[in-house]
Amino acid sequence: MTLQTLTRPAVAGASAPGPATSPAPPDGARRTLRGARHVLRRPGLLVAIAVLLLVAAWAVVPQVFTAQDPLGGVPADRLQAPSGAHWFGTDHLGRDVYARVVHGASLTLRTTALAVAVGLVLGSLLGLLAGFLRGWVDDVIGRLVDVLLAIPSILLSLAIITALGFGPVKVAVAVGIGSVATFARVMRAEVLRVSTSVYVEAARASGLRWPAVLGRHVLPNSSGPVLALVALDFGTAVLAVSALSFLGYGTPPPAPEWGALVSGGRDYLATAWWLTTLPGLVIVAVVLAANRVSRALEKTGEDQ
Amino acid sequence: MTRYVLRRAGQGVFVLWAAFTVAFFVLYLLPSDPAALVASGGGEVSQVDPAQLAALRAEYGLDRPILVQYGDALLSALRGDFGDSYVSGASAASMVAQALPETLKLTGAALLVAVVGGTAVAVASVFPRARFLRQALSALPPLGVALPTFFVGLVLLQWFSFRLPVFPAIGNEGAISLVLPTITLAVPAGAQLAQILSRSLRGTLGEPYVSTAWAKGASRTRVHLAHALRNAAIPAFTVLGVIVGGLLGGAVVTETVFSRVGLGRLTVQSVNQQDVPVVLAIVVFSALVFVVVTLVVDLVYPLLDPRIQLRAPRAASRRATSRTQRPTAVTA
Repeated sequence: MTLQTLTRPAVAGASAPGPATSPAPPDGARRTLRGARHVLRRPGLLVAIAVLLLVAAWAVVPQVFTAQDPLGGVPADRLQAPSGAHWFGTDHLGRDVYARVVHGASLTLRTTALAVAVGLVLGSLLGLLAGFLRGWVDDVIGRLVDVLLAIPSILLSLAIITALGFGPVKVAVAVGIGSVATFARVMRAEVLRVSTSVYVEAARASGLRWPAVLGRHVLPNSSGPVLALVALDFGTAVLAVSALSFLGYGTPPPAPEWGALVSGGRDYLATAWWLTTLPGLVIVAVVLAANRVSRALEKTGEDQ
Repeated sequence: MTRYVLRRAGQGVFVLWAAFTVAFFVLYLLPSDPAALVASGGGEVSQVDPAQLAALRAEYGLDRPILVQYGDALLSALRGDFGDSYVSGASAASMVAQALPETLKLTGAALLVAVVGGTAVAVASVFPRARFLRQALSALPPLGVALPTFFVGLVLLQWFSFRLPVFPAIGNEGAISLVLPTITLAVPAGAQLAQILSRSLRGTLGEPYVSTAWAKGASRTRVHLAHALRNAAIPAFTVLGVIVGGLLGGAVVTETVFSRVGLGRLTVQSVNQQDVPVVLAIVVFSALVFVVVTLVVDLVYPLLDPRIQLRAPRAASRRATSRTQRPTAVTA
């Protein structure tokens, strides 16, 4: 048993450990159990995960969380402070701000998820090519990454929006391209690290072709830090997406995108604090939660 | 030494050229038609006379092959000419130059506040003996990184302009109008700096030379400030280019929130009107700032740390920057 746990991490790299019958529970189940215990011991992480799950639920089934209409308001109830009936108060048209935040989650999170996906796919592909092919490909991609890092990401996004026009999908593409460089960098470093390891050498020596080595050994083993980066980038992308939607480049007005909600409260700063503060705090909570989860993922990666 | 400087400068010029190229092709090759935008005067694109459109294309040289346009634009850009604004007709470079001073004031002040504040928070998060105090202070930088710039700006406005009328809510008049925007802009930059610095400080405090300093009987303050901080500051110093770039980007939102005149407002205005030459000029300018700051940092930091030699191989410096950059969120 002890010997097995000692050797397990080394073997885990080189595909399945084979049919060696072991009395211990299967690898996956044990890892889940360890993961659950790890999370339960950290209240901060638990809260972060709860926040992300809650917001995801808002995005999927908003009507479960609020019965109020996010678009149509009751003019008689305009600019009411937060109360039992209106948790986040109401805006200048009498619309329930909490309902708008809940319904806005799907807009904001969909744009964010698309942005992360764009960054992840393009960035990982570039990083993979650079780390795997080396040579001049690595040099060219490395220079490209340097250039993307030299332009502040919001200005790069704004340049792309200038060319593409406004709208949530365009914002997502713009934000995603802004994070390509980071993904490419991390992926390249991971691929370089993994492809010099002994098990990759062993797989090559036993006649496995490069594509198979890549798919079966390099990618799974370099996914840890990339996963941590996905969580981190999710937080960054929420910030970028809501900043662009604050500037008015996202979904047009009546839609309750989070950045636009905060922006909509600008004219009522003196009288209705809840219009900017409460949606803003929701954004902060989501970003903090994503960063916390990212830190936990990074740490488990280091431990292994 | 000279060869090193020349090579680094050459790399900087290359990055600048590539930034121009990337921005040019993004702005000129993507679907929207600049001539139609000019003809519509920043309004609706739909009803534009085709003959007028063709005339405009000819006037701006947009009817030529894209590579000819690119070569021409590059040559002009080398002379500092980025073409004329589609909207106002003024030269894009002069519009940037005109907007620049106000933004320089803002970003300069924010950089100062971010460096001083970030350093103070980082030191304070390792200095106290009480564990809970250290932990509470260590939570500040991650919080600062998670705050949207527009949110910070609006909350400050709410409290210090409307509730307590201390600072003006909008405008560029006098130093007092600079206070709230400066704080707003400094929060993410300072938090980013504090994150890097406090991680680096924790590493440094475990170094043998710190133990030696303790053993020689140096005071707590002296160990932290004279021994640990000086060495820990170097990784934070290397990301100065990223921080300054981030400040320029942050100015876009900050100047919008506080209705200030400046480069950020010009950016928003140009993006709204799809004023391609001005956007190109701004992007290239921000890349220039990044390149210059990074070059200066690269040349100065061997002076701060004699262990680093100027002829250090490229791979080493690249590794150093990637290590310090990766774990911090770049805030919008």
